[in-house]
Amino acid sequence: MSVSITNSKLIYDGLKACDVKLIAALPETWLVHLIRMADEDRAMTLVRVAREEEAIGIAAGAHLAGVNAALLMQNHGFLAAINPIVSLAFLYKIPLLMLISYRGHMGEKDPWQTQGGLVTEPVLRALGIPTSTLTIPHDIPRRLKEAQTLAHASLTPVAVLLPRELMWEEA
Amino acid sequence: MRTSEALRAIYPELERRIIVTIMGATASELYALGHRPNFFYLEHSMGLASSMGLGIALALPAEQVIVLDGDGSLLMNLGTLSTMARYKPGNLLHIVLDNESLLSVGGFPTATATGTDLAGVARASGTPRVLEARTVADFKLAVSEALASHTLTTIVTKVEAVAPSSYHMDLTLLENRFQFWRCLRERRRAP
Ligand SMILES: Cc1ncc(C[n+]2csc(CCOP(=O)(O)OP(=O)(O)O)c2C)c(N)n1
Repeated sequence: MSVSITNSKLIYDGLKACDVKLIAALPETWLVHLIRMADEDRAMTLVRVAREEEAIGIAAGAHLAGVNAALLMQNHGFLAAINPIVSLAFLYKIPLLMLISYRGHMGEKDPWQTQGGLVTEPVLRALGIPTSTLTIPHDIPRRLKEAQTLAHASLTPVAVLLPRELMWEEA
Repeated sequence: MRTSEALRAIYPELERRIIVTIMGATASELYALGHRPNFFYLEHSMGLASSMGLGIALALPAEQVIVLDGDGSLLMNLGTLSTMARYKPGNLLHIVLDNESLLSVGGFPTATATGTDLAGVARASGTPRVLEARTVADFKLAVSEALASHTLTTIVTKVEAVAPSSYHMDLTLLENRFQFWRCLRERRRAP
């Protein structure tokens, strides 16, 4: 059992194809490879935050300064960042490309993840955040590009959920 | 020293730089001194002015960015001090106008009124330069030294908890946002 390096690489390459230059991140298990790839990429500015709320502010600043940013966090980090998503991103019409690892859903063994897993999609819907779930590896680049395009056209946050079937390899 | 006096003293330094302020009293005081397209007033989202400033500073290394923060706002996002200190952008100046109060919502004492030392927290977070001021002259000097140092600096200055004569700003949030965005875009093109 391990985090998929192959799919992490596809996601990272997809972000590069979107001309993402800054990634604000708070690690969790499923994101280790993605964060390592950003760290090793000299053309990428990786900002490791102490709390996910900060990442919303940093990405907003980068956007206003003309730099494409992406966020990497787990769904509990998304839940921790709701006020700035509402009171900064939506209020000020700031596009955000939020990549959210979808813990606590089907197949989850860690009991502590499950409550957040139950409420993630309902909260995204309640906030009116367009959401795309990456499941098929060869669709990754296209779906990331489409999410970024919608975020920039609508000037709103967009979520890309990274589910277990993509991030976690059993066996 | 009042916030209005502190800001008037450094206004010439603010005029051409990229400014991100917190909401309420600080925003209104700066606006009253004269709005500029390079001023962004974060009229909500408490605590994130410094995070926005960090994002801008990292994205535009050729520009100097000044954040006008408040004690209440900073206490809500103390982690920002560790994140700024981790990346140490030399083009970022973080000013905390410490009125020991949540002034903009009517004036409730914050923990800096009972001894919490934000300059100490900034130092312990690894901020390379931390300066403190109590008078207008000290504050003005600290700001010009910080800008000349090209080193990430946090200045904590004590100010009186006196509300502005008016909170009115004739500027909608989105007008401010798009104007600021265009201004930054121009600076990006012509560094
Ligand atoms: C998350 C959140 N909680 C509460 C508020 C209400 N609020 C608006 S301004 C403010 C006080 C800000 O205090 P400080 O940063 O010290 O600045 P000051 O008003 O004293 O200049 C508060 C509590 C808010 N905007 N957001």
